[in-house]
Amino acid sequence: MVKGRIWRISGPLVVAEQMHGSMVYEVVYVGEERLIGEIIGMQGDRAFIQVYEDTSGLRVGEPVEGSGDLLSAELGPGILGRVFDGLQRPLSDMELIVGPFVERGVKLPSLPRDKKWVFRRNTNLRVGDKVRPGDVLGTVKETELVLHKIMVPPNVHGTLVEVAGDGDYTVEDAIGYVDVGGGRKVELKLMHRWPVRKPRPYLSRLEPTEPLIIGQRVLDMMFPIARGGKAAVPGGFGSGKTVLLQTMTKWARTQINIYVGCGERGNEMADALHSFLKLKDPESGRPLAEKAVFIANTSNMPVAARETSVFLGVTIGEYFRDMGYDVLMVADSTSRWAEAMREISARLEEMPGEEGFPAYLGSRLAEFYERAGRVKCAGSPERTGSLTIVGAVSPPGADFSEPVTQNTLRYIGTLIALDVALANRRHFPAISWLISYSLYVETLARWWEKRFPNWKAMRDEALEILQRENELMEIVRLVGPDALPDSDKLLLDAARMIREDFLQQNAFHPIDAYCPPEKTVGMMEVILTFYHEARKALEAGVPLEKIRALPVRAKIARMKEVEYDKFPSVKKELLKEIHESINSLIGGGAAA
Amino acid sequence: MSLSVKEVRKALSAKGSLLLVEAIPGIRYGEVVEVTLGTGETRLGQVIDVSRDVAVIQVFGGVSEVNTKAARVRFRGETLRIPVSLDMLGRIFDGLARPIDGGPPILPEDWADINGAPINPASREPPSEFIETGISAIDGLFSIVRGQKLPIFSGAGLPHNRIAAQIVRQARVRGKGEKFAVVFAAIGVTYEEAYFFMESLRRTGNIENIVAFINTAASPVIERIAIPRVALTTAEFLAWKYGMHVLVVMTDMTNYCEALRELSAAREEIPGRRGYPGYMYTDLATIYERAGRIRGKDGSVTQMPILTMPDDDITHPIPDLTGYITEGQIVLSRDLHRKGIYPPVDVLLSLSRLMKDGVGPGKTREDHYQVFMQLIAAYTEGQYLRELSAIVGTESLSERDKKYLAFADLFERRFINQGEYERRTIEQTLDIGWELLATLPEEELKLISVENIKKYHPKYRRKSKGE
Ligand SMILES: Nc1ncnc2c1ncn2[C@@H]1O[C@H](COP(=O)(O)OP(=O)(O)OP(=O)(O)O)[C@@H](O)[C@H]1O
Ligand SMILES: Nc1ncnc2c1ncn2[C@@H]1O[C@H](COP(=O)(O)OP(=O)(O)OP(=O)(O)O)[C@@H](O)[C@H]1O
Ligand SMILES: [Mg+2]
Ligand SMILES: [Mg+2]
Repeated sequence: MVKGRIWRISGPLVVAEQMHGSMVYEVVYVGEERLIGEIIGMQGDRAFIQVYEDTSGLRVGEPVEGSGDLLSAELGPGILGRVFDGLQRPLSDMELIVGPFVERGVKLPSLPRDKKWVFRRNTNLRVGDKVRPGDVLGTVKETELVLHKIMVPPNVHGTLVEVAGDGDYTVEDAIGYVDVGGGRKVELKLMHRWPVRKPRPYLSRLEPTEPLIIGQRVLDMMFPIARGGKAAVPGGFGSGKTVLLQTMTKWARTQINIYVGCGERGNEMADALHSFLKLKDPESGRPLAEKAVFIANTSNMPVAARETSVFLGVTIGEYFRDMGYDVLMVADSTSRWAEAMREISARLEEMPGEEGFPAYLGSRLAEFYERAGRVKCAGSPERTGSLTIVGAVSPPGADFSEPVTQNTLRYIGTLIALDVALANRRHFPAISWLISYSLYVETLARWWEKRFPNWKAMRDEALEILQRENELMEIVRLVGPDALPDSDKLLLDAARMIREDFLQQNAFHPIDAYCPPEKTVGMMEVILTFYHEARKALEAGVPLEKIRALPVRAKIARMKEVEYDKFPSVKKELLKEIHESINSLIGGGAAA
Repeated sequence: MSLSVKEVRKALSAKGSLLLVEAIPGIRYGEVVEVTLGTGETRLGQVIDVSRDVAVIQVFGGVSEVNTKAARVRFRGETLRIPVSLDMLGRIFDGLARPIDGGPPILPEDWADINGAPINPASREPPSEFIETGISAIDGLFSIVRGQKLPIFSGAGLPHNRIAAQIVRQARVRGKGEKFAVVFAAIGVTYEEAYFFMESLRRTGNIENIVAFINTAASPVIERIAIPRVALTTAEFLAWKYGMHVLVVMTDMTNYCEALRELSAAREEIPGRRGYPGYMYTDLATIYERAGRIRGKDGSVTQMPILTMPDDDITHPIPDLTGYITEGQIVLSRDLHRKGIYPPVDVLLSLSRLMKDGVGPGKTREDHYQVFMQLIAAYTEGQYLRELSAIVGTESLSERDKKYLAFADLFERRFINQGEYERRTIEQTLDIGWELLATLPEEELKLISVENIKKYHPKYRRKSKGE
């Protein structure tokens, strides 16, 4: 291994000399405490190293040792339900060793080494078979919710010369050998390692034709995200990014969720951990933590590790995607990662781009978002998996023209723009219906319309009403509402119903936190039906006040609180009441 | 350790608060140095960049009067530590924890690194204990919980210090007689402000529960970088070693950020937004994140930083980055202040993110969260109608709209407004809220469950009392 010496220390950046033979992105151990760092550039025999731990106390001249390895993740059973830092050190194990404060220089295996897992071998596989990357060797039921598939690691091709039977194994026990030719045998284990910056291979990409059902009405109905899609959630402070990302990881219909807290709050992480243990998966009744992985690199932890936390999250996501699962990964917040990039770049004295960010900001963001996708997985049996990525963006001053937001927009399919003004009015989720968009609408409409024939038409009409409201409000602000004709006033009423009784969804309400697709579409149908019927009444000469006084309106406002299984009958009653009360207004001589 | 003490007798250059010296082997990144001037005066400094050739030292106290030829620089071989002790309670210190109250020096129980260590996120206990401040606007709408960091965003001349003093005076966790302490850091404030605070703390009579660190506008700028960290190091010692519930009040964080900007300019770094360094978010986070609770430990650190928004602009980098780190904010409104409302809390811009975990049955009252939401919604509507009626007059408003207009006024005068020495229990606060909500048509109370309306709405309460 290469052995050099520290030449300069400047915050998280260390320059080492005598580093000939090292490679860019190689992991190195810095100083006597062997802090973990990664080479991010070479110049002659000098290596520029970003150090993932606090560098205080390091001295010029201390040793720097190369590892020969790229920064890699450990992938295997024992990964679920755990909290890792950006270097994949399990934080709860660290607590046992060094107490409640994060200390540097701690070396810990990512996956438990002594735990034995019950391995069930894939009975279709025999000694002598040719194996390829991704072939499923067997399974481990890691949690009640997740069957962990043990796959031939990428890069391993050859003939299976030995394979273990059903039994209990640790992640390091050999469960088989592959003859890769040239007389070389590769040992197979329950676990393998993969460099975090390198996308994991798959067979082919598939079109994102299925929606990721999230249970948030405004997303599922207005701005859908596809399985394998990419979404960004920009918004000023307090606009609801974290709540939305946490809500997604709680309710989205996925098999695996990965929550990356990157440069954000410690209390938020603690809250997420606690609520994932408490909250139950709606289908199985098991704690949500059983299908989740947490990566926590809070804002006061070393900045350079923000980058590794994001790539670690993506790598774990791809690993479960390769098993044929639908995976959601959320990163809160990508802006903090970009800021870490800016800080390192400044210390490297690179030529700054816009607002001091390095010129490669865009390509680095692309490397991240492009790892999302729905794919045909490598190996047999044949399977498809998806990795959906949602990244929060924290624009300074809530100004979306800044570089991180703008560069992100180039790579994503759904923009979920949060509006501080809406949040201040307590319209939650504070998703701006005027700025947000989804490029997946047309493709996903096919899926929705098979189940709910009017999905697209209703969506478009609702958005149009909101758009029209926006125009009318400008007039109202100038001349007051009285100047508008009754038909416009009714439209404003409808827009208000859509906003308050449909779009607003309290993430902490025991029932309304999650809204299944049937209920989402049903609620929209009720609101639009009321609007259409009311318009009919107005045209028949019924005064607006009479329509406004209808008691059914208060009932519509309380649809949110209706339990899912009771909703179909409530909906039927509401539709009936709407028709009857409007008809009686028209027929009952209410018309002047 | 004394063997590792190294000394350089010549500086290469001095500028702002930075001193460049020729490097000698063994200098540690981040270590403390003592700079002795030609006059014999000694200042502390810290190594902020070191290579084989040069070490850059940031000097607390600045480099004025430093003679590059005559200065002596001693490297102490360790990072900046302060002595900590229970005896600090009741005492007043400068920004580097040196007593300035004429009392005896502190006998250290321990020496603590002022940078602290990040709390392991997996070891944190989510904050959930409601702190009753006795102020309706805060308890009712933006409740504080132990372990939270909740700043006050103010403006020049607004009564933020009076509010903070009232909170310090009145804050308590109900039904508990636990050990409570206040750590107060005055950062570059005027003498008057520091004096006002010390006086009002003294008047509460429990000065022995207070540790004060004071860096006035006249003290060295660079010490402002250290003072919040010194204060928090002390707070952490009291909380994690002695199980105390510590409230840390820091005023004015704007002065801290200005000092940071000055330092960054001296280092010739590329300036970020409005000249503040690009790493200001991270720097502030290393201060604000030192609030919290730890599983299995008794104490807590709650932070209430105060900052004045330059030109009342909430998008200015100082409030903006603070808001991105803290768990909500209490924003003061100049309009309400002008109307004579105290405390002039801007209800629409303020927020406590941890409120939901600290209120409700068993903590405050079951209707608390719903009343809060309904009050805000009604006030928002009232505000909107106020703007509208300013244009079109009140005649064109409907009966319902007029009720909302009246509600907004009542809300400001009855609910938000209160005396500087008035302490309201959370029940009193919520009951005032109900009294105001009762002026609106009952069907407007969409955010309150039918059960809670039946139980708490004055209309039904009077009836059930009458029976
Ligand atoms: N869907 C929702 N339902 C109810 N309340 C919400 C919802 N979304 C957000 N909120 C409220 O808004 C507050 C702020 O939300 P959140 O913490 O997610 O903001 P953020 O955008 O992540 O801010 P920051 O950038 O500072 O982290 C929450 O504490 C909560 O009170
Ligand atoms: N020493 C004091 N004694 C009593 N009240 C004080 C004292 N200092 C300040 N106050 C109160 O605090 C309020 C605000 O004080 P001050 O004018 O110092 O505000 P400020 O925010 O510091 O303004 P600026 O930043 O412009 O100096 C005053 O209205 C006053 O009532
Ligand atoms: Mg957030
Ligand atoms: Mg002042």
